[in-house]
Amino acid sequence: MSGGKSDNKARERVLGAVRRALGVRGGENARLAIVRGRLENRPRGPVPARGNLAAPGRVRLFMQMAAGADATTERVKRNEDILPAVEKFLAAHDLRHELVHGADAFIAALDWGGHKNIRRREGVARGSDEVSLTRAFAGVAETGTLVMLSGPDNPVTLNFLPFSQIAIVEAGDIAGDYETVWQRLRQHLGDGTMPRTVNWITGPSRTADIGQMLLLGAHGPARLHIIVVG
Amino acid sequence: MKVTTQSFVDNAREALSDARLGEAIRFAGRGSVARRQAVVDRLPEFDALRDAARDIKTHTLQYLDVYYEQYEAKMREAGGHLHFAPTAQDACDIVLDICRKAGAKNVTKGKSMITEEIGLNAYLEAHGLNPVETDLGEYIVQIRDEGPSHIITPAIHLTPEQVAEDFRRVHTDLPADRDLSEAVTMVHEARAVLRERFLAADVGITGANFLIAETGSSVIVTNEGNGDLTQSLPRVHVVVTSIEKMVPTLEDVSVLLRVLARSATGQELSVYTTFSTGPRRENDGDGPQDYHVVVLDNGRSAMLGGEQSEMLRCIKCGACMNHCPVYQSVGGHAYGWVYPGPMGAVLDPQLLGIEAAGHLPNASTLCGRCEEICPVRIPLPRLMRNWRTEQHERGLDSARARLALVLWLALARRPRLYQAATRIAARLLALLGGKTRRLGRLPLAGGWTAHRDLPAPEGRSFHSQWRAQRDKRQ
Ligand code: SF4
Repeated sequence: MSGGKSDNKARERVLGAVRRALGVRGGENARLAIVRGRLENRPRGPVPARGNLAAPGRVRLFMQMAAGADATTERVKRNEDILPAVEKFLAAHDLRHELVHGADAFIAALDWGGHKNIRRREGVARGSDEVSLTRAFAGVAETGTLVMLSGPDNPVTLNFLPFSQIAIVEAGDIAGDYETVWQRLRQHLGDGTMPRTVNWITGPSRTADIGQMLLLGAHGPARLHIIVVG
Repeated sequence: MKVTTQSFVDNAREALSDARLGEAIRFAGRGSVARRQAVVDRLPEFDALRDAARDIKTHTLQYLDVYYEQYEAKMREAGGHLHFAPTAQDACDIVLDICRKAGAKNVTKGKSMITEEIGLNAYLEAHGLNPVETDLGEYIVQIRDEGPSHIITPAIHLTPEQVAEDFRRVHTDLPADRDLSEAVTMVHEARAVLRERFLAADVGITGANFLIAETGSSVIVTNEGNGDLTQSLPRVHVVVTSIEKMVPTLEDVSVLLRVLARSATGQELSVYTTFSTGPRRENDGDGPQDYHVVVLDNGRSAMLGGEQSEMLRCIKCGACMNHCPVYQSVGGHAYGWVYPGPMGAVLDPQLLGIEAAGHLPNASTLCGRCEEICPVRIPLPRLMRNWRTEQHERGLDSARARLALVLWLALARRPRLYQAATRIAARLLALLGGKTRRLGRLPLAGGWTAHRDLPAPEGRSFHSQWRAQRDKRQ
């Protein structure tokens, strides 16, 4: 069925049925123009006013919403404060000082020399990894959401395999709403281009599938610790 | 999934006499209604977002063929493969073929109602593959050899004790006398068992909540993260979805995502919203090497442009069943197929034929709560009535349904009497329900009313609320 010819036939059958039901032939210029217009202009729907705040309030709302989704959050002033915060988190949860992270230059530039007690591996996550350290492309204040881009810098499995995830987000990268982040992503990668995955993450993994009890750590991380920098 | 829509009346009667079932559904139902309301109250723009969500879906459906052409170009550019499946059988064959070409044996699955609709698990098993559901609720119903009873929370009909029994029965390599009295222990057990499956999988199959024409992406929404392990670890990621999932742009999908989680689970946003585009990139160390999207029609295209086309706006949030007095009384399995509740009552007759699923659009009080809360403003009662009209015109309605219709019409034309009747019935039901709040028979109104036109006794609060709302509208 998935050979080229039968694929084409199936495509024509489905799209043909769609066109017949809509009473169109397909290829009408007016219809193409309407679709092209929408894809180019990308009109915005109602954007919740709650995220429309000046920087300090925006960061506060982000942290508050993330905490509401059961993430833990803290804010540090400078990049030098990040690894002490990481250590504090590991110690607080009685975790081995071992973590996995990607090739992100920001993470590579942290003062690892001054924190030799943290053992680290660079690469994708394995089933045995307990803690990941990741860097978000952005945060979204309206729901306390992290936006992660897959790739060598922050491989997608870091967000899902370990039991604990630590995410760094720079205060300046926290936007009020999703639309602002999409616009930034278009500037970053070019219009209509996406990495293999964009992950929006709002709190740690959970399930309510057994007796409607909300429990954390269903398949993904049971702990999400967000360090806001700057 | 086996179709038993034809025996809705018997299914419902049976469900109403199942005490454990009633307890599980009502407990869940009350929670979800309150959670949704709380999160909606916190967002002043919610109703404006619903209007926008409705308009986005209506627009996209009107230009669906053109959006598919745009989508196809973008997803191919990113290295993906697109397959159209006119029928359920076609979709099963396409997925099997992809699995075979990948030399696959082990398949993990994220939650996908479309794969339930096409009966994919049974088909893959019959051809020597080993598909494992990884959403905890889906996993539980799979090991029980059942279908899901709710499109968002598939195991909603079960109590923790029942799940513990099943885990003991199936996870035989764990100590038989282990303590499973806490749900958290069971969640950890499932996490460990399924972790092995994730790491061993050759192909991962997920559904899609949306396809995005602008970028050629597919979107899934989960709370567990299972859908992400399903698509990130195996060599091949297959998305199985249906034609109406298309949206134009990232801006449009943002509007829909703002109403989806709030309506479905009462969350501001689900934990994981994942936008997938093509296979892994050249320098990526993880992610699938192949990415396929299978788009199912299965009778949906015939709804476009017609009276029932509004149903294609549905984003499968499940809110209509959480708010439906009939669903809340009989549970999802009574409906007899994949899609229960008000949305199923409209969709199932389309996909299965009105002959097979004719009971469902009758299994409603037309109380209107589903339409009031639907995030894409689908006029569900009207669409159900359309089916009833068609049944009536084709002489397909059974004598009983005809009788009920007459009865209902008689009451509906006399608002006072209608109100009095519901009030009396509510009291009677509450009285007869007693402590267990469940009924086998209702003396005054007969079987039809007991099971279908009035909710089983939920106590007075719902009935008074219901009346208050009716009064407001009149
Ligand atoms: S019909 Fe509306 S309320 Fe029901 S599942 Fe679909 S979108 Fe949700």
